[in-house]
Amino acid sequence: MNTTFSITPLGDSALIIEWEQEISLPVHTLVMQVFHYLQSLDLPYITDLVPAYASLTVLYSAAMIRQQAPPPAFQWLTEQLYSMLQQAAAVVPPVRRLQVPVCYHSSLGPDITDMAHRKNISVADIVNRHTARTYTVYMLGFLPGFPYMGKVDDVLATPRLKQPRLQVAAGSVGIAGEQTGIYPLASPGGWNIIGRTPLRLFNAALDESCYFRPGDQVQFMPVSLQEFNQINGTEAR
Amino acid sequence: MSIRVLQPGLLDTIQDAGRTGYQHLGINPAGAMDRIAMYVANSLVGNAPTEAVIEMHFPAAALLFEDFAMIALSGADLGAMVNDQPVPVNKPVLMTRQAVLRFTRPVSGAICYLAVRHGLDVAAWLGSYSTHLKAGAGGFEGRALQRNDVLPMRQVTPYNKFLQQHLARELPWSIGVRDLYTTGNPIRITTGSSFALLNEHARQQLTDAAFTITQQSDRMGFRLQGPALKLAEKTEMLSAGVTRGTIQLLPNGQLIILMADQQTTGGYPRLAHVITADQPTLAQLQTRQQLHFNLITTTEAEDLLWHQEQRLQLLQNACKLRLEEWLSQYGLH
Repeated sequence: MNTTFSITPLGDSALIIEWEQEISLPVHTLVMQVFHYLQSLDLPYITDLVPAYASLTVLYSAAMIRQQAPPPAFQWLTEQLYSMLQQAAAVVPPVRRLQVPVCYHSSLGPDITDMAHRKNISVADIVNRHTARTYTVYMLGFLPGFPYMGKVDDVLATPRLKQPRLQVAAGSVGIAGEQTGIYPLASPGGWNIIGRTPLRLFNAALDESCYFRPGDQVQFMPVSLQEFNQINGTEAR
Repeated sequence: MSIRVLQPGLLDTIQDAGRTGYQHLGINPAGAMDRIAMYVANSLVGNAPTEAVIEMHFPAAALLFEDFAMIALSGADLGAMVNDQPVPVNKPVLMTRQAVLRFTRPVSGAICYLAVRHGLDVAAWLGSYSTHLKAGAGGFEGRALQRNDVLPMRQVTPYNKFLQQHLARELPWSIGVRDLYTTGNPIRITTGSSFALLNEHARQQLTDAAFTITQQSDRMGFRLQGPALKLAEKTEMLSAGVTRGTIQLLPNGQLIILMADQQTTGGYPRLAHVITADQPTLAQLQTRQQLHFNLITTTEAEDLLWHQEQRLQLLQNACKLRLEEWLSQYGLH
């Protein structure tokens, strides 16, 4: 596999490390290695890390770096990162395997019937195809704790809605292109909603407010409307 | 020991320097749109520079001070008054108990900050007081201020000796902020990773053309109206981390500048980045105002930020000395 990367400034307080621009588990594993390695170093001048499909954005305090190294900070940090990335190659990123119950009833997945109709398959076929795969959480974004997962079965790949909904319920499971995701909070949104999880995926009152983490392996388990109602609102843990 | 919201404004929120360390979970930092104004207001009342402040747009809240307070306003001048007495920006001001602070007209700038000495007693979420509107957490109950909200002050000092019969009284020093901001225009930018994807004409347009801040602008981002910029060829981009100040190219050729409540990731081409030192100037521009961009290098951007932070540090120290001297005169602390 191609493990080459580039490091580019993203303004004056962030850098982006980019690998081969493709959606794949091997590339994402490279991202996660560096993410976990930098997290473990806990460097005071690195303020945030944003892993994505094939990149890691590193936010930093230029002022803190300049107190300890000759300017410009981005150049010093770039050089540091080159050697850190070599160290990171030995990291085995921790992987959590999560099972998430989803009810695919059309009352909770308002787009599932239409999607089946357009693709000329049954609703049951959509459920089977959606639950057959284990998905990788490539990144979190859009909303706190919103997982971008992929890839879905080619048959399920569907472009975003032309007209986004003003309100999508919390827990809604959607498809956008080759990705599948879950709205942890109620929000406007343009993903095709095919079901809903009864689990509560975001709770600001908890120490770990967000259920998903980048790199998680997620499998969906179909549940009936009755089961959905029984476990609805349960904290995802 | 509190400040009561008599009437809410358009969008009044508690903000500080923002929360860092959670962007990998999709939790963006939020924080004050104009970090200089937050820093100045806090420095004037002797607070740590990133203490929680009230951020207000126009129309801004009417606030009842239920007890004595030392406050400072900075950022936009929104015509603050206590009864018929104007309250200036960038000066410490003492408020008597039961004084009502109102903001009467937008004089300059867009966003006003109010700091109160010793700070507001609000709960932190993930290490920050900033209001995260989407998460409904941080600041005051995770939302914009509403009528009859009561914001407790951490500490109250009786300033009656100095106030006497005055409802509000300025302390005799101020901070000159003019040279902390860029004078309006241009806003300085550095090139983004997609800059090279623009066709030659579009690259020229980015720095030559005027862009107008549209009404579809908020704490998440400023949407600009200008010439439609074209890429040399169509590209499909993978979503990646973006930052405050990132200028993205929307499919219709228009630009959006990501601001304090930006999403953590984005999939549009990243043409350029507003330098951190100029983000406060940008935040204080009003909708329908025009701006120009000026390209500089990352090294220059970093130097400008460094000098700005040094100046803010000096101002903070000067304010602290001045305030301590004044307080000891009146046997206060």
